[in-house]
Amino acid sequence: MNAQPRNILEARDLVKSYGTGEARFDALRGVSLEIGSGEAVAIVGKSGSGKSTLMHLLALLDSPTSGTVLVDGQDSRALTTTQTNQLRNEAYGFVFQQFFMIPSATVLENVMLPLKIKGVPPRERRERAMELLRLVELDDKAGNRGTNLSGGQKQRMVIARALANRPRVIFADEPTGNLDSATGEVIEDLLFGLNREHGITLVIVTHDEELAQRCDRRVYLKDGLIVDERGEPLGVPA
Amino acid sequence: MRLPEIVGTAVGNTFRSKLRTLLTVLAIFVGAFTLTLTNGLGVGITSYIDAQVASLGGEDLMSVAKAATVEASGFGSDEGPREYDPEKSFFTAGAGLQFEALSAADVRTIEAIEGIARVEPVRVVAPDYVHHEGGTKYELLISPAPSGLDLDLAAGRTYTEAGVVEVAGYDEPLGELLLPSSYVEPLGFASPADAVGAVVTIGLSDPFGNQHEVHAHVSGVLRTSLFGDGAIVSSALRDAMFEAQTRGLPPIVTDVYQGASVRLEPGTTAADVERIKAELREHDMAGITLQDQLGAINSVINGLVWVLNGFAIIALIAAGFGIINTLLMSVQERTREIGLMKAMGMGAGRIFALFSAEAVFIGFLGSAIGSLLAIVAGNLISDVLARGPLSDLEGLRVMAFDPLQVLLVILLVMVLAFLAGTLPAAKAARQDPIEALRYE
Repeated sequence: MNAQPRNILEARDLVKSYGTGEARFDALRGVSLEIGSGEAVAIVGKSGSGKSTLMHLLALLDSPTSGTVLVDGQDSRALTTTQTNQLRNEAYGFVFQQFFMIPSATVLENVMLPLKIKGVPPRERRERAMELLRLVELDDKAGNRGTNLSGGQKQRMVIARALANRPRVIFADEPTGNLDSATGEVIEDLLFGLNREHGITLVIVTHDEELAQRCDRRVYLKDGLIVDERGEPLGVPA
Repeated sequence: MRLPEIVGTAVGNTFRSKLRTLLTVLAIFVGAFTLTLTNGLGVGITSYIDAQVASLGGEDLMSVAKAATVEASGFGSDEGPREYDPEKSFFTAGAGLQFEALSAADVRTIEAIEGIARVEPVRVVAPDYVHHEGGTKYELLISPAPSGLDLDLAAGRTYTEAGVVEVAGYDEPLGELLLPSSYVEPLGFASPADAVGAVVTIGLSDPFGNQHEVHAHVSGVLRTSLFGDGAIVSSALRDAMFEAQTRGLPPIVTDVYQGASVRLEPGTTAADVERIKAELREHDMAGITLQDQLGAINSVINGLVWVLNGFAIIALIAAGFGIINTLLMSVQERTREIGLMKAMGMGAGRIFALFSAEAVFIGFLGSAIGSLLAIVAGNLISDVLARGPLSDLEGLRVMAFDPLQVLLVILLVMVLAFLAGTLPAAKAARQDPIEALRYE
């Protein structure tokens, strides 16, 4: 783990609590983590372990109760809302288990959405989106409605959308969770291909051990804390 | 996302739920339609009155009379009753009708006031009858219109500067008369054009009961107007008629006037008018401009139009709640989409703008369609009324549409729609992407 490239993301002692008093629930109880540029990291844990919360904090979708996230070594607390939005738009891509697309829009329009939010001119964004659809082999479906696609096709569309602004990190929340194993494998190959060939950092949240094994590194979470593979608390570092 | 893009996306979103948008647009349509129509009614009637005013006198005209006379007609100060002054001269026009009259000295006083270009003393003439070549005699009313007006004529022309024309068969030039169109057929003319150039005879009685006849040349035919059915005579003809009416009376009685019609110098400001009025008051006279006289009529009409507008605005406010409802449903339905866009870096301000633009567009659709159809309907109604029940009032269009005012209605509705949209738009902007994208 030494000689890592520069850390693109770093979590420092993240605590996230919901509610107060009796109803207080600690989703994360002090998590520190470093993710190097170009790494593929799996965050593994059962439902309720805090793995989604960790991803949300790393993706700057939420702010921690205490602790902080460093992006390229810079404290994210120092970023303005606009800078945070720009960072999410340009440097991050999102792939969700439930796809989350605009049902009434075409495949092309869905892929163009991040480009539209960024303010890319219509022609340029159409060209870029078509290029991405060719990459995920969906160019023949560009004019279809997103809802008419199969699960695997939807997830490929979502990956194309995540790649729109040439992100440096892709956050994938159970990317194969809604797919059969054969289709799931196609999606996995696509994601790891991007990681290998384009150096895109992958942060994959999953409870699927097989998917986790394909990553460079696995971070196990249990009850809001990082544990080892067996679920035992980590010892005090030597 | 850039602003044009936001507007374009908002417009596209509007058509996603077509039925819901249609119903909301319909509610706004009703309000905008009514508002445009009631405004049109105001514009139509006001502009008709303005046109009629032109037939009575221009903006630079002021009629002047003794203060007591003006006060008796309802335009006066609230100083209370005046003390009797035996020195005052009175003028009797027919039996029992008495005016406090302007004397020749008063006329000279008016002429001396700064800012007054010309004074035209007005004498009351009350003819007994008018006839054409010995036909049936009809009563005739003479309008007290001063000279130099832009008159609405059905045929012929207005009278000349001199007020008289040479007519073959008469030794003296004849005074000129503008005949109301309602007299054309009774006097035996086939058409207004046929009456032009004819000579009519006017009968007048002096105080001793003797009738005299004055010949007049019909120079033009007046359109029917809101301000009655009187003939207009040149001052030369008026003088001839007055002479016949007062034949045998001493000058002390005949050298007085009911009032005077005063033309103000060009470029007179409202402050000048006030100053002139004040100077007139010092000399126990009062001046009324046309604005003063029309102020009363206009304020009644404006009041009516505003009551009607009030109803339309109530309808629009109800429609505003429709917009709120529609957009709240829309925000609810699109929770995921909003969350996704926020996750992808769309700022809260942009989300707010997106939904506000949608509200404004719904408002625009409803008001543009409403105003357009109101203009079509208003013109149809005006046509039907102008041909039917209101055909007597020539040139009256009950509803007229001022493009600027129509534009204002559309803008007003768009502002209202924006206000209605703020609640749902703020709700959308506040949405937490994690909550929105949670899937359990």
